[in-house]
Amino acid sequence: MKALYSLFFVFALLLVVLFGVGAAHLNMLFGVWIPYVAMAVFLLGFIYRVYDWAKSPVPFRIPTTGGQQWSVLPEVKQNRWDNPTTVRDTVIRMAFEVLLFRSLFRNTKSEVYKNENGGPVVAYASAKWLWLFGILFHYSFLTIVIRHMRLFTEPVPGFITLIDSLDSLLQIAAPTLYLTDVALVAAATFLLMRRILAPQIRYLSLAADYFPLFLILAIAISGIYMRYIAKVDVIAIKELTMGLVTFHPHIPANVGISFYIHLFLVSILLLYFPFSKLMHLGGVFLSPTRNLPNDSRVRHHENPWNPKIKCHSYADYEDDFREPMIEAGLPVDKAE
Amino acid sequence: MALKPEELIDSIDYHHPPKTDWMDTPNDFKPGRWAYPGKIDVIKRIHFPNPREWSPGDADWKLPENWKEIIYNGMRERLDKYRSFKVFMDICVRCGACADKCHFYIGGGDPKNMPVLRAELLRSVYRNDFTAAGKILGRLAGARPLTLDVIKEWFLYFYQCTECRRCSLFCPYGIDTAEVTMMARELLHLLGININWIMEPVANCNRMGNHLGIQPHAFKDIVDFMVDDIENYTGVRVKAPLNEKGHEILFITPSGDVFADPGIYTFMGYLMLFHEIGLDYTLSTYASEGGNFGLFTSADMMQKLNGKMYHEAKRLGAKWILGGECGHMWRVINQYMDTMNGYMQEGTNLSVPRSPITGTVFKNAAATKMVHIAEFTADLIRHNKLKLNPARNDHLKVTFHDSCNPARGMGLLDEPRAVIKAVCNDFHEMPIETIREQTFCCGGGSGLNTDEIMDIRMRGGLPRGNALKYVRDKHGVNTMACVCAIDRATLIPLANYWAPGVNICGVHELVGNALEMKGQKERELNLRGESLAELAEEA
Ligand code: HEM
Ligand code: SF4
Ligand code: SF4
Repeated sequence: MKALYSLFFVFALLLVVLFGVGAAHLNMLFGVWIPYVAMAVFLLGFIYRVYDWAKSPVPFRIPTTGGQQWSVLPEVKQNRWDNPTTVRDTVIRMAFEVLLFRSLFRNTKSEVYKNENGGPVVAYASAKWLWLFGILFHYSFLTIVIRHMRLFTEPVPGFITLIDSLDSLLQIAAPTLYLTDVALVAAATFLLMRRILAPQIRYLSLAADYFPLFLILAIAISGIYMRYIAKVDVIAIKELTMGLVTFHPHIPANVGISFYIHLFLVSILLLYFPFSKLMHLGGVFLSPTRNLPNDSRVRHHENPWNPKIKCHSYADYEDDFREPMIEAGLPVDKAE
Repeated sequence: MALKPEELIDSIDYHHPPKTDWMDTPNDFKPGRWAYPGKIDVIKRIHFPNPREWSPGDADWKLPENWKEIIYNGMRERLDKYRSFKVFMDICVRCGACADKCHFYIGGGDPKNMPVLRAELLRSVYRNDFTAAGKILGRLAGARPLTLDVIKEWFLYFYQCTECRRCSLFCPYGIDTAEVTMMARELLHLLGININWIMEPVANCNRMGNHLGIQPHAFKDIVDFMVDDIENYTGVRVKAPLNEKGHEILFITPSGDVFADPGIYTFMGYLMLFHEIGLDYTLSTYASEGGNFGLFTSADMMQKLNGKMYHEAKRLGAKWILGGECGHMWRVINQYMDTMNGYMQEGTNLSVPRSPITGTVFKNAAATKMVHIAEFTADLIRHNKLKLNPARNDHLKVTFHDSCNPARGMGLLDEPRAVIKAVCNDFHEMPIETIREQTFCCGGGSGLNTDEIMDIRMRGGLPRGNALKYVRDKHGVNTMACVCAIDRATLIPLANYWAPGVNICGVHELVGNALEMKGQKERELNLRGESLAELAEEA
């Protein structure tokens, strides 16, 4: 049900463009103003969300330690990148998290069953699929975003052209097929299918979990449609996009409806981003269980709101128990 | 326990979650599903809100009239105080990587015990009251309004989380459901919703010095008994200084070691070790609790109880503090203690700990001035300062249970292993997915080691129990060692249920048994008073 809601919503978005551009000819609105608003909301929203997180202090260093601590015993080897004590090693830990999805790589799958004698067995199987498709999904997304920068730059910087040519290395079809197009669609489809088909994952999913996947798939498919089927006029589109980034917006004649669909869906993604779980992009950097060294025993840290609550003092304790303490021969501070 | 292990296994079904969405699935408040609430006098003694007679089984929980406002303000305050809370409320993508990492889910199959849904119980209310998407889109964005049933649901499920942090290890963003549980429990406390098994130890520890409420003279009696026992078994009379000023080291261990079988054998191991190396130390009856159930209550209470350690070190003039075998105690010491109470070190004699026997400087404890006994003993062993006869443990086939907190809140993994391997000849690890940083909970951490929820505990104990059964069947393991006083209590029913025939012991019980003492008599009995000859024969 939740998946269907999200799917319907994405279809509704398509209808909005078909009507708005196809019938009502609101080209300026869909080609210029909505993208501008979306970008502004995205940037300001993103910055605000990160600022809002950063505003709350980190009172305690609570890294989840993923291996042996730093020990003064020479033969006990510290797992520096999963249980760092220095800033350098913490940065390395974070790099593994962000670039390689290190924690997700640990993933296992638990199963419970009975052995032939009826005895219980709990088994843990390696489960790297989520990691693999997660990595594929994110890196193709990233590559596609970088590739798109050729539409917003003039002259196009060399590294963008390089990535572009690497991505079309296989040289199949004309125009040449981008590997990341295939990878993104495949990976997003896997993530979607996993959500729909695995009963546990379906049970914990919200409508808000299906929506970004449908939306991104729709963006990817509309992009692929433009490139390989509609064969849109890229020169005209670049005229439009350059107009946007140079703040001289203008609508060239030769831009087809498929581009408006693509652009509108991207605008929705940008608009939706700061209000949604997609903010994990920013949040992963601020997670106190990962981005701090395990060093509270080594170095002093200040908790800015430390309430300094007093303990029940020894003097009060002795007042409660002085007599029996003396009787038992325990030393006391105030022997009356 | 009503169910037999085989029946319990049959009741687990991951693949058919309830037909209704979790927000619409009613909660089961049958007795056995919840721990008893705090007693009125206990709650009054520690000045927690809303002391009253109530039971989770009742329809009316007698909450304050403005309970909604209290929760709202409580959330606001904590969102402003803890970045962890705010970020964890916002960034979960519900990828489900954490779902089958929780022992309560593995052993029960109730989806609300998936860490992600446990957090969603609170997150849904957060979205409703604090986020734009939640306010506009409501349920589509995963928001739901706060109702009494939601509060009750929180109570049920945030007291089915042992704050073990296993979920956090696997989450791509490190979202720590234990942290969410802590916040939720703090919120529930604001309404006077709590469990006695946590509140009574807190109240006792505050006033009497330890969770069990052992008063100073009784504490001394118990320690004296153990000194007598040691003399019986070894012929050596050890000293056990209490509340004495002017010693170099203050030793603090969980009171479970003083009070309960088999912790007492570990305690005897400590005393023998300290005697043998001539350690200049004292125990304290005022700071006679290493554990800190405040951690399971609120940050403020944790700070208050923890403060006693530095307060007592100051009064006694100790140079550093040695800490005994305890799990959550070490999460507090390693990740909170110096940050919250480091200021109390002013005017003390505390300095960077240095082993008086080996000269090793524990630079990794430079701020807190507190060393873990496993580090300390491993260092002694490595410098050949102990005469050990591991053959006295030859009837044991030993495995080691990593307690959650030293594993995932510290990283104390190889030190206890180094000690065990020096005092036992026959050591076997459990499967890699169940030890070290991936270790599984005993099912009773974070104050859930109470008997009225034994069904929940045994379910939560399944992954650990099953790993134990595996090494029992494969290698004939008959002993599981651990460095935690709660474990020493909870793992016994767990082993009896899931892997009968395995005994539980502390690491320093094994040390005590292997330790050769100057002037000892023929060692015929172990620290449990069992005949070593008979044990060897049986083995
Ligand atoms: C930088 C570190 C990042 C990490 C560790 C990370 C990790 C993840 C993971 C584990 C998922 C869950 C997949 C699933 O839902 O089954 C996910 C989903 C997603 N991520 Fe990221 N991500 C990162 C950055 C980004 C960035 C930069 C974007 C840019 C748009 C992004 C967009 C998405 C989207 C759209 C989803 C939704 C997929 C879904 O709902 O299943 N992520 N991410
Ligand atoms: S692993 Fe982390 S992001 Fe994934 S569902 Fe669990 S808490 Fe959420
Ligand atoms: S902290 Fe432990 S008990 Fe709590 S949800 Fe996570 S895995 Fe489960």
